[in-house]
Amino acid sequence: MNRPKVTTYKRPKHIDDYPTGPAYQAGHLPEKNAGWRTFKPVIDKDKCVNCLICYLVCPDGVIFKSENKVDIDYDFCKGCGVCANECNVDAIKMEKEEK
Amino acid sequence: MSQEKIFVSGDEAVAYGARLARPHVVAAYPITPQTVVVERISEMVEDGSFATDFMHVESEHSAISAVMGASSVGARTFTATSSQGLAYMAEGLHYASGGRFPIVMMNANRSLALPWSIFGDLRDSLSLLDSGWIQVYVENAQEALDMTIQAYKIAEHQKVLTPFMVNLDGFILTHTYEEIMVPEQQKVDEFLPDFKTPNKMSPEEPKNLGFSTSPADNMEFKYQQHQAMLNSFKIIEETDKDFGNIFGRYYGGLLEGYRTDDAEAILVTVGSVTGTTRVVVDKLRKEGKKVGLIKLRYLRPFPKKELIEAIGQTTRVGVLDKDISFGYEGTIFTNVRSAISEMQNVESVNYVGGMGGRDISKSDIEFMFTDLLETSPAERKSNVQFINMGVETYE
Repeated sequence: MNRPKVTTYKRPKHIDDYPTGPAYQAGHLPEKNAGWRTFKPVIDKDKCVNCLICYLVCPDGVIFKSENKVDIDYDFCKGCGVCANECNVDAIKMEKEEK
Repeated sequence: MSQEKIFVSGDEAVAYGARLARPHVVAAYPITPQTVVVERISEMVEDGSFATDFMHVESEHSAISAVMGASSVGARTFTATSSQGLAYMAEGLHYASGGRFPIVMMNANRSLALPWSIFGDLRDSLSLLDSGWIQVYVENAQEALDMTIQAYKIAEHQKVLTPFMVNLDGFILTHTYEEIMVPEQQKVDEFLPDFKTPNKMSPEEPKNLGFSTSPADNMEFKYQQHQAMLNSFKIIEETDKDFGNIFGRYYGGLLEGYRTDDAEAILVTVGSVTGTTRVVVDKLRKEGKKVGLIKLRYLRPFPKKELIEAIGQTTRVGVLDKDISFGYEGTIFTNVRSAISEMQNVESVNYVGGMGGRDISKSDIEFMFTDLLETSPAERKSNVQFINMGVETYE
């Protein structure tokens, strides 16, 4: 996965620390974003046949290949369930988030 | 210094100016009375004399969007519009200034519907004074050409990076013919450096452009825009002086005072009506009346300091507005009054006229000067006067 690492956002101290207009070097990820998830997708790795359909359909690009099977980056998964719905072998189940 | 002398309309002068500035991309949609600009540029591209990517877009909203996109990859851009087209661009105008894209646009000042009218007044561009664009208003075709060139130098300055609107009166300037001087291409190339933007979109240095902000940062970006506009005061003066030194035409920077030194009454004018007012000032001066005029060239940034200096000791100031902000007064008047509010003993009167293309004649202007000189403040029912109404009113 080529998602940049989350880096700490340093608040500008002076107006000149801001960029000129809303434009900045790409690749900065100041915070995780998954707080609004109520169901989370869980992959059954035994069932998974590694077809990568889930990887293709994920609207947020949070599915990635891990040890030859797909995995999910829960720091950014919003829990939309598209992957579970599209999985051809029912290897992904949506489970209610605790709390 | 050899400059070619040509006989052209104001629209054509703008097309010549745009060609000399060598924008990489032109995107524009034709609208009366700007159409000739688009036609001439189209012909110049066709005959090979104007090397630009000319995009035939389907609307003004697309025109402003296209030049914004082009500007974001570091291209110099040009567009032109008028009235309804400008209003249709309104969303994009704020976007362009917020994104700090130094687009240059010609606007042919024309009345806004309804009632439908193709003729001139300033209600289109004045309704967008707050869109974050620099606004200059020209008096004649020569100034239109020259300001189209100057516009790039000011807008693209690294301390400014703000889009620039060159306004000329619909028909009065766009469709009348004048003899004008066309600067040499080589001299313009020397005057106008290549466009460089800190926000260039490129594969080598990927950028996130036009992002959103939370309330924690939004105001800082707006403050920056304000600072950039304030920075432009100095750049406008310097650019006009440099232009004058190289090409022999200096326009006075932010504004021009004409016979104001010992004036008892001054009329503040914007755009082509300044020319008519000069003639009237000269006539009245011959008759021994001490009158002068101030041609406000820039309305954003607004030259408060220069205006106070130009008014000097004069105590009677009229403001001619081809505009009315319904329920208040002319918008130029509001701006002038705010600027001179700290001046003591200045009586100011707003003359509203010329709307929807109604002529403002020499006798109309003579009436304004006479009214300024002879009517005492106590006699005035209102300091907002509609001039040259065709019918009786309740005034």
